[in-house]
Amino acid sequence: METQTINPLPAPGFRNRLQLGAKSYVMVFALLIIWLLFFLLTQGTFLSPRNLSNLARQMSITGILALGMVLIIVAGHIDLSAGAVVALTGAASAILQVRFGWGLTEAVGIALLIGLAIGFWQGFWVCYLRVPAFIVTLGGMMIFRGVVLGVTEGRTISPLPNGFVAIGQSFLPVEIGWVLAVIGMVYYVYARVKRRIDRRRYGFEVLPLILEVLVILGVMGLIGLSVWVMNDYEGVPFPVLLLLGLALCFVVISRKTRFGRYLYAIGGNNEAARLSGINIRLTTMFAFVLMGILCAIGGIVLTARLNGATTSAGTSFEMDAIASCVIGGTSLMGGEGSVVGAIIGALVMASLDNGMVLLNTPTYWQYIVKGFILMAAVLVDFQMKRRGN
Amino acid sequence: MSSPYILEMHQISKTFPGVKALDEVELKVFPGEVHALVGENGAGKSTLIKVLSGVYPAGTYEGKIFISGKLCRFHNIQEAEAAGIAVIHQELTLIRELTVGENIFLGNEPLKRGMIDWDRLYFESRKLLSRVRLDLGAWRKIKELGLGQQQLVEIAKALSKQARILILDEPTAALTEGETHNLMVILKELRAEGVTCIYISHRLGEVFEIADRVTVLRDGCTVGSAPVGELNESKIIAMMVGRELTDLYPREHHQPGSILLEVEDLTVVDPTRPDHRILNRISFQVRAGEILGIAGLMGSGRTELVMSLFGAYPGKVNGTVRLNGKPIRIRSPFHGIQNGLGLVTEDRKRYGLVLKMNVMENLTMAGLRQVSGVFINPNEELKAANGFVGELRIKTPSLETQVNHLSGGNQQKVVVGKWLLTKPKILFLDEPTRGIDVGAKVELYRIMNDLVRQGVGVVMISSELPEILGMSDRILVMCQGRIAGELSGTTATQEQVMYFATGGR
Repeated sequence: METQTINPLPAPGFRNRLQLGAKSYVMVFALLIIWLLFFLLTQGTFLSPRNLSNLARQMSITGILALGMVLIIVAGHIDLSAGAVVALTGAASAILQVRFGWGLTEAVGIALLIGLAIGFWQGFWVCYLRVPAFIVTLGGMMIFRGVVLGVTEGRTISPLPNGFVAIGQSFLPVEIGWVLAVIGMVYYVYARVKRRIDRRRYGFEVLPLILEVLVILGVMGLIGLSVWVMNDYEGVPFPVLLLLGLALCFVVISRKTRFGRYLYAIGGNNEAARLSGINIRLTTMFAFVLMGILCAIGGIVLTARLNGATTSAGTSFEMDAIASCVIGGTSLMGGEGSVVGAIIGALVMASLDNGMVLLNTPTYWQYIVKGFILMAAVLVDFQMKRRGN
Repeated sequence: MSSPYILEMHQISKTFPGVKALDEVELKVFPGEVHALVGENGAGKSTLIKVLSGVYPAGTYEGKIFISGKLCRFHNIQEAEAAGIAVIHQELTLIRELTVGENIFLGNEPLKRGMIDWDRLYFESRKLLSRVRLDLGAWRKIKELGLGQQQLVEIAKALSKQARILILDEPTAALTEGETHNLMVILKELRAEGVTCIYISHRLGEVFEIADRVTVLRDGCTVGSAPVGELNESKIIAMMVGRELTDLYPREHHQPGSILLEVEDLTVVDPTRPDHRILNRISFQVRAGEILGIAGLMGSGRTELVMSLFGAYPGKVNGTVRLNGKPIRIRSPFHGIQNGLGLVTEDRKRYGLVLKMNVMENLTMAGLRQVSGVFINPNEELKAANGFVGELRIKTPSLETQVNHLSGGNQQKVVVGKWLLTKPKILFLDEPTRGIDVGAKVELYRIMNDLVRQGVGVVMISSELPEILGMSDRILVMCQGRIAGELSGTTATQEQVMYFATGGR
């Protein structure tokens, strides 16, 4: 007979699922304040479907890069070459199509392979040759930017075939948007119910039914609302769908796989991780490989959106990605940070950009404001941690 | 106004969210005495010292501190230092890349026309070093010094600041017997010079050797304070734990089974000094269902031995290792785990735990495979972690509590639990009970006994002789990278072990 396990402790996950952790609250709260502020200052334009759609598209590339950056930072490293890799992979995909007349699949495939290879290359330098990631990727930033200049001969490569441009510019038809929304909702309900049943079977505490239903309804509402807003303009932008899909993958990677857990352990205490049988080199290397692939995806999307590859494409993208991670609560000391946080951070950065452009803020002010927000975010995070202890 | 005490801490209370760490604690210290402060981990010793030294500023605690009869309210460490209070922490705070002299005068450099007066700095350093009987150049870098020497540098640093009250927090935890002895001599000399000393230690032997008075804390309260002459070891222990300890070492009769591990002529070279053999022709066996104690002084190669057997030591390894009769070379900790080895490392905060992670994540760190398929199964993980929390009686508010919020003993149980999840056939434990309270120690001994009953071969490194003698079935004594002798756990005496450990043959 299956007896219920006695659970002497409050079931883990229980508290957090309700409270989301104070940190996430603050971040979401800050984001809402920013939105409200811009909403009032722009007399409502900021939250119009058209602008929200813009905002979502603007954040997509930073968001994609932040997904990988957060893993690398959690492992205690950094990637300064992301922007240059974006440029290089974007240029490669453009050159293959424009100069050599390759097809879409081949060009995209090669760009992804280049990203993967660069990830291996830098990971190898960091993990096996033991050169600090800061140096390796700073070097990489120069090298890959140099290669971009070389292969493009300083010229913009364009125009690109329509099929490729669609990756960066197309919108999903309204119906497909709704179909995806329904699939998302159904899957969420399924996952939630399954989790509840599983926890019951193990004898763990579950949320009170009412709360569970409320959470499920809330998330379903959020999905529905987002798709509705996007559809009200032109439909869900493809890059945003890409970001969402990748984000989902990386949430799973960071929270549900051994690889993800090991990254946190490595960043938290390298020695303890090593002595626990974790293969530090291989694990860290894999994080760089993932980052390389994400850079390639970012490069493809950027090139498609701009309908051309330029020598200066992706400049300082790595800084935006790092800033997103940090605003999202990632510690540059390693061992701390979350994918969801990084996405919210990217959304904060994009919102600031977008809102200030709407307000016709001079570019120099935009930089100054973003700089202060970055520092303030870390300050708040630090203060909260101190109080928490 | 005159007071007989140099230091009087009166009705000190300190509350953390949910915990009353100190409850009207009294500590009264006479000038020029060595005052021992003892108590189990979590009794409030560290908190009391932090209150005294300004780590917790005035206003965050209740009660009064008088120094030489004068009420003091320290708002930071600097103010406490200015009043003559110097703390030498268990984890030393020297900067490894700087020289001895630079460290002694760090933040306090003698100046000449606004520039550092290096001649005077080194001249003064030499004088201070001779006061702590440290005979080495003040221009040597800290990283070249042994732990015992580093500690003496800390004391010299304290003396340079005209410390009147010297607080030593577990000073001998990492020292060898010889270094400990040396420290005792120096403390006695400093006492003769009029320096007052508060001495925190788990080692009651030292307390009786050095202390004039003893104050015992338990659960944040002062249990008692008395001249050392009125006390003995069992009285102090009874005060610490509140009950008589009749069976500290729950020795059981074990029936050793087959040979699990056979080591033959193991030689390991120190990676930083290629001409130095850190282990020299080590041969021994580990049987199923026994506790093999490894005794020896610091630096005798005990840690290096288990690390190299576990595939975690960077030096070049020679010799034969047989697991279940088959020759094997363990290449990495992961390889070790696959072959049924586990290593509870020394220094849990540095090598055992990821302090930022929670109790559950630490518990499943080494055995994560046991609870995952393609993905980690959160329910299996929870179940496993919950099981260990119950089985090992880990006291934690929840599995999601960050492991650095736990007491030392509970942290150590987490490290042990981490290895139990990998279901080891041989478990190495390196100083498993260092720095944890008596209650947790006994529980760890019971866990070891349980393992032995299940046929696990337990190898325990310990610097505490009573522990080695009280728990081991067989004892290996190491000295300078060799096995100096093997003794039977039931008949060996402390003198025999020390004889081998100090190089007797």
